[in-house]
Amino acid sequence: MSDTDYRELTANGLWKNNAATVQLLGLCPLLAVTGTVVNALGLGLATMAVLMASGALVSLIRGYVTQTVRLPAFVMIIAALVTVVEMLMQALTFELYQILGIFIPLIVTNCTILGRADAFASRNPVIPATWDGFMMGLGFLLVLLVLGALREAVGEGTLFANMHLLFGEAARSWQITLVDDYGGFLVAVLPPGAFIGLGLIIAGKNIIDRQLEERAKRLSGPVVAGSKRVRTTG
Amino acid sequence: MIRVSSPHAPPAGNTGGVMRQVLYATLPGMAVLTWLFGPGVLLNLFWAIPMALLVEAAILRLRRKPVGFYLGDWSAATSAVLLALSLPPASPWWLILIGVISAIALAKHLYGGLGMNPFNPAMVGYVILLVSFPVEMTRWFAPGEAPQLAESLRLSLGTHASPDAFSGATPLDSFRNLAGDAAALAQQPILDGRLAGQGWELVNLGFLAGGLWLLWRGVISWHIPAAMLGALALTALPFWLYDPARFASPQFHLLSGAAMFGAFFIATDPVSAATSRAGKLVFGALIGVLVWVIRSLGGYPDGVAFAVLLLNLAAPTIDYYTRPRTYGHDKPRRGMGGDG
Repeated sequence: MSDTDYRELTANGLWKNNAATVQLLGLCPLLAVTGTVVNALGLGLATMAVLMASGALVSLIRGYVTQTVRLPAFVMIIAALVTVVEMLMQALTFELYQILGIFIPLIVTNCTILGRADAFASRNPVIPATWDGFMMGLGFLLVLLVLGALREAVGEGTLFANMHLLFGEAARSWQITLVDDYGGFLVAVLPPGAFIGLGLIIAGKNIIDRQLEERAKRLSGPVVAGSKRVRTTG
Repeated sequence: MIRVSSPHAPPAGNTGGVMRQVLYATLPGMAVLTWLFGPGVLLNLFWAIPMALLVEAAILRLRRKPVGFYLGDWSAATSAVLLALSLPPASPWWLILIGVISAIALAKHLYGGLGMNPFNPAMVGYVILLVSFPVEMTRWFAPGEAPQLAESLRLSLGTHASPDAFSGATPLDSFRNLAGDAAALAQQPILDGRLAGQGWELVNLGFLAGGLWLLWRGVISWHIPAAMLGALALTALPFWLYDPARFASPQFHLLSGAAMFGAFFIATDPVSAATSRAGKLVFGALIGVLVWVIRSLGGYPDGVAFAVLLLNLAAPTIDYYTRPRTYGHDKPRRGMGGDG
């Protein structure tokens, strides 16, 4: 496929076919680690790196792996990449690595990665496959960030706390305290807060989609009522 | 002579009528609570009810439903009263507001409004508050030593300097903290009531009276309360006989915390409970067992709210397995062997 539409890939990854809000894949890390912005960013970046690299590698070997053994082969590639990312995080951001704990190795089980490997990377050349992985990862990362910010703001009254775990000591001052002397709203930090928050984000996306659709309908001009019956539903 | 053809069913009460009767039935319990814990109980109610109506009206507007029609069914007010009665007296205003929003907006309207909610709205509000604000949610007064109106008002507004000055443990808290130590238990004045824990026995008797009135009026059936209280007592009995210093007596369980309130006012919610008679018995009994388990072995002193929510979740399954036989049809087969 030489006529890959990169704009379409971008739109799919970020919005139309977003891994978290449309496909509802990778919910386990999404719900588990989005208590704060820094946790969400850490895991989101790791997932994005794995998605890009696995897209590229799966695309490279797509001519040599037969249909029957493709899934084990993909899983091996993904598992190897996750191990690399885990070791990198252990070396570079040790504290964050300890906070995220089991959820870094669990990136292997994120359905988005295997799903994109099988559905897209195994049928497309390297560059589109990498781009698709990047955009899917970015879409996932953005949802993680929004959910992390929402839960951190509601749950603890701060934003961007502990960013030094990821960006070094200079980032310690990035913390924004939204409400002084905030008592904390524990439900937002606990798992139910993740479910409620994700539900609200998906609802918000659906509202925006519906409004865009209505605007597109308005812009396409009024339906001329004439002798012919105009089909108005579906 | 008036000729009436079948079916000879009594006229079905409308939702508003049923809800109003539930509200009347809370009055004895409400009165005892106010007598023991001061005007803070009423402050909770006076703040919770208008806020609930406001949230309900706002959401109904958002959902483009007729506001007046749905406000007339009294369900928002009932949820608010049930929530306010479960909160510690003179709770801060923001606590009640968050509870009301969770109950009405989250637990009721996000699931489709009255009749569609899988969970009891008041209990969802209560549990969200209990999990989020454990300190504020366990600030009960010692019975009979509650602050007066002015101080209660300052507690509600959150301007009181030392709210902890009034707080005292409930009988369930005390028993929980001292379980296993018979001598210390004997010295606790709050555990030394006429029937069960001091003060709380009266609260429970008040709600029992209201519940019996509801039974007599036919608003609720006997199945859920009887099964829940019976199971609670039967579960407590052998453990109490085995070691009375570690496990409270059945009587103490029945007349402490939210036992009666939960049995007659919470678990009987027709929307979120099981529907068939056999189903109601199973539903109530499992709540009773869970209440004992959470109180005696769990991390919280009382477990009625958690038990009710867990069984709300199980109600559809219970209904599936306890569907009564339709007249003229065979009994439906359920489970692995059946095909329906």
